[in-house]
Amino acid sequence: MMNFAVDIHDLRVVRGGQTVLHDVSAQVPTGSVTGLLGPSGCGKTTLMRSVVGVQKVASGHVRVLDTAAGSAALRNRIGYVTQAPSVYADLSVMENMRYFAAVLGAPSEDPERVVAAVGLEGKESARVDRLSGGQRARVSLAAALLGAPKVLVLDEPTVGLDPVLRAELWALFHRLAEADDPVTLLISSHVMDEASRCTRLLLMRDGRILASDTPGALLERTGADDIEGAFLALVGAAA
Amino acid sequence: MSLRRTAATARRVLQQLRHDPRTIALMLVVPCVLISLLKWVFDSSPMVFQSVGAALLGIFPFIVMFLVTSVGMLRERTTGTLERLLTMPLAKADLLGGYALAFGTVALVQAALASTLTIGLLGLKVAGPVWAVFLVALLNALLGMALGLFTSAFARTEFQAVQFLPAFVLPQFLLCGLFTPRDHMQPVLRWISDVMPLSYAVDAMDKITSHGTVTGGLVADMAIIAGAGVLALALGAATLRRRTD
Repeated sequence: MMNFAVDIHDLRVVRGGQTVLHDVSAQVPTGSVTGLLGPSGCGKTTLMRSVVGVQKVASGHVRVLDTAAGSAALRNRIGYVTQAPSVYADLSVMENMRYFAAVLGAPSEDPERVVAAVGLEGKESARVDRLSGGQRARVSLAAALLGAPKVLVLDEPTVGLDPVLRAELWALFHRLAEADDPVTLLISSHVMDEASRCTRLLLMRDGRILASDTPGALLERTGADDIEGAFLALVGAAA
Repeated sequence: MSLRRTAATARRVLQQLRHDPRTIALMLVVPCVLISLLKWVFDSSPMVFQSVGAALLGIFPFIVMFLVTSVGMLRERTTGTLERLLTMPLAKADLLGGYALAFGTVALVQAALASTLTIGLLGLKVAGPVWAVFLVALLNALLGMALGLFTSAFARTEFQAVQFLPAFVLPQFLLCGLFTPRDHMQPVLRWISDVMPLSYAVDAMDKITSHGTVTGGLVADMAIIAGAGVLALALGAATLRRRTD
């Protein structure tokens, strides 16, 4: 059993002449709910794209489930949700799910299961472009839950959702991580108060990892009252 | 490549079309209206309709499929669905095959409607077999689809994608022999028209209307259209990158 579902080593990404990630190294423990926190523009999305294997990288390497990121063997073991919902707006919720399930080779009852998991029962036959923004984001999340992904990479999945729904989704994330066959989740957010819901944190700023620890250990180390305070203390210490 | 994934992709593309009945109506009705208009405009000189009508049966599928594929594929690129699909176990051939299957089906329906109207009601005389008309229309549709897919990689917006139609298609339209026989063109233009696939579509339709049998020349024309389609598809496939900047 490997300890780290995701292992990032000296990863450098250059986009349009700008270095977006500066030799980043980080690990995501298997079965953890790891929050990737940092201000917008700090490189969270680029890091997540590298883990999924869709980002061109300049140097370094990323291994997911002991396999090079982006390799064909990982294509039905990683679920990826981008910030903008990447589903077909002109299809119904269920038509989207059936198509992606067919591509993944997922069992035929999977579409119903994932639609229920994200709380979209009753919306199965609604066209995605008639749904609200939050509902669309959940359709996109549902598609990532199809099949049996071992790693879920979720880019700001809870933005704009009502608090009740947000709590439900975090509960779902923890259920997945605590299952007998655990799923590892890497979840980005620029909202620091989501940090308390994670079992591990990666704090990021300007293309560098500031800290990688549990929320409790971070607070203890910095003597701060909350993660926002810990973040400020770490930035102050680095400067 | 997997049959299941290709079929699922074709079904998905057709479902998207089904949710957009206006586009289906435009794809099927506009060619019929334009051909009828042509017949009416040249009412006093039926020879023009005889030569241009058949060529149009080959050109319409090309134009329509070019448009729907370039806009459709651009949407896949900009909404992130293409990126999602490429992180899944979907071969590029499954995606392209699915599009070809779906739009090929629509092209056949379109060709059936347009040729029934043109040959049956408007009196276009076709000496050769009608299936050859269908085959040329289908090959042109697939060529248009392949070129649309390729050009969608160079468009950032739907405005740009639509502008590629005049850029890519109008020069071929002018040089394909519709307005002036290709033998009468200046050598440079003649040479350019020789390397443009639409020229062979018009040549093929001419041969079908004037010869009672399938000639070697017709088979060669069809092979050239199919070859150009395969080449465009290969170029289009090369623009589908799993890793991007």
